[in-house]
Amino acid sequence: MSEPLLKVENLKKYFPVRRSILETLRKEPPRYVKAVDGVSFEIARGEVLALIGESGCGKTTAGRTILRLIEPTEGKIIFDGTEITKLSHEALRPFRRRMQIIFQDPYASLSPRMKIGDAIAHPLLVHSLAEKEEAREMALKMLKRVGLTPEDEFYDRYPHHLSGGQRQRVVIARAMILKPEFVVADEAVSMIDVSMRASILELLESFRKEYNLSQLFITHDIAVGKLIADRIAVMYLGKIVEIGPTEEVLKHPAHPYTAALIEAVPSIARRKKEKKIRITGEVPNAANVPPGCRFHPRCPFADEKCRSEEPKLIEVSHNHFVACHHPLI
Amino acid sequence: MLLEVKNLSIYYYTLTGVVKGAEGVSFSIDRGEWVTFVGESGSGKSTVAHAIMNIVPSPGRIVSGEVVFQDRDLLKLSKEELREIRGKEISMIFQDPMTSLDPLRKVGDQVIEVMTVHGIPEEEARERAKELLEKVNLPPDRLDYYPHQLSGGQRQRISIAMAMAFNPKLLIADEPTTALDVIVQDSIMDLIEALKAEGTSIYFVTHDISLAAERSDKIAVMYAGKLVEFGTVEQILENPLHPYTKALIEAVPDLWKEGKVRAIPGYPPDLRNPPSGCRFHPRCPLAKAGLCDAEEPEFEEVEKGHYVACHFPGGWRG
Repeated sequence: MSEPLLKVENLKKYFPVRRSILETLRKEPPRYVKAVDGVSFEIARGEVLALIGESGCGKTTAGRTILRLIEPTEGKIIFDGTEITKLSHEALRPFRRRMQIIFQDPYASLSPRMKIGDAIAHPLLVHSLAEKEEAREMALKMLKRVGLTPEDEFYDRYPHHLSGGQRQRVVIARAMILKPEFVVADEAVSMIDVSMRASILELLESFRKEYNLSQLFITHDIAVGKLIADRIAVMYLGKIVEIGPTEEVLKHPAHPYTAALIEAVPSIARRKKEKKIRITGEVPNAANVPPGCRFHPRCPFADEKCRSEEPKLIEVSHNHFVACHHPLI
Repeated sequence: MLLEVKNLSIYYYTLTGVVKGAEGVSFSIDRGEWVTFVGESGSGKSTVAHAIMNIVPSPGRIVSGEVVFQDRDLLKLSKEELREIRGKEISMIFQDPMTSLDPLRKVGDQVIEVMTVHGIPEEEARERAKELLEKVNLPPDRLDYYPHQLSGGQRQRISIAMAMAFNPKLLIADEPTTALDVIVQDSIMDLIEALKAEGTSIYFVTHDISLAAERSDKIAVMYAGKLVEFGTVEQILENPLHPYTKALIEAVPDLWKEGKVRAIPGYPPDLRNPPSGCRFHPRCPLAKAGLCDAEEPEFEEVEKGHYVACHFPGGWRG
């Protein structure tokens, strides 16, 4: 296989916890929220990797750290052969155009006072890729491309005139106008009605084909991952606990957490079948990571080893890795 | 019959025109029955839920219809009579539990208050509050927490505990799991199911038809302010008769089904100016010019308990 477009090695992002006056006086050691705690993966050109996990697992922080919207604490980010982890802001600029992000909330990520056409043209001006007139032309084309037609009518509308699905199309158009090679899509369809999700996912898929676009698709919904991803990575409390080809992970989940995530997804086809695995509780606070396997307090299979020894990622089948002392396969 | 809604219409009188939020909606819910209302944003499923409690927010107004709950039309009751019913016989939980929780007061005081306003002595209410928390799988010490100290899932558990205080006859659940992760969603659905097992009827609102599939007895499909199909889960999912219902089913990603999902083309209409005839006709693959764009289909019973409003029910079968 050729060199991957993106390589992430042992990425860490720790946020310091503010200490109370008492803790400072007692000179207690600083504590950290280990949002991302040693994550490694690669994404090939044109590949879609779905990063899946519950709220607070660190998936969003991971996505932003990779783009250096947040500075990493440790680890390496290698984009198209260049390590960008330590690049200055000036040196990072050309990479910024090639790596884009699509945010979850189309309400918050569009300026309410900017016409949507101008919002789409804006990145071209920021990166000095086009003059005003040309940028306008390109924005009009892009509006048409994402299905917001008649495009000259949509150009002059403001975000509040649009539905949630239409706004998300604008956000995608704005990211795609720079012809990026890599995009982080952070819960790009989570705030949209289920009925509208399919068309937004189709749109992203069409850009993958047109630009050979690589994507890190961050979502809490593993069913969405099934639709668009070549591979799935499951994250729990700052670590990847399972990663592998989509079909393989969904058909033969090796980590009990992955299995539970799959079981919890509602389904029309499966309707009322007994659930094989059930976990309870919620993701613990990342400032207080359990010892051993991080998942052990919620795991139905946990034993002494799980409470004391942290499992490493091991390959259980071709390209399918899991971090568990008692993998299900 | 526990609840019978007849010909209910709710309009919102906004500055830019009259939004017909729901029009001519009729259905009934039996004792101990779970009915899920499915539809896209703006389809009217929450509007109807609010109308049942007579809490349609301004500038909305109930312009016609009856909401008959245990033989009494709730829309004709005085404020005092309604207050007696709300929280006691009919409870409601929302997508964002913060809408029903006061951020400045401990959750325990709020759970207790639900009971004391209906005349239960404070001591007894305090005891019951602990039991209620146990029922929703929260440790009793959570009563001393403020809402912001709890996670979204825990807050929803608290609002369910409050809703359960009087074993209500009807629980209205307005997208209670939309903001939650799947595992938490599953456990919240379990709680609602447990409430149903004790005899409570459920009016459940969601935009995700697969969520309706697993626990409900009946499904009601709403589109652009209209009820377009109503029937048992089997009738709706195995034999959908409205093209919109069929499209909704095919648009949902399903882990247990092979094949692609199909997006529904177009967008829901602006309800200031809904399409003529059948409101779904601009997006409908079966629409026939001269009929579907001109004549509104009747909401009719086509088999026992299975209602649909379409000129070509099940028409794609050829």
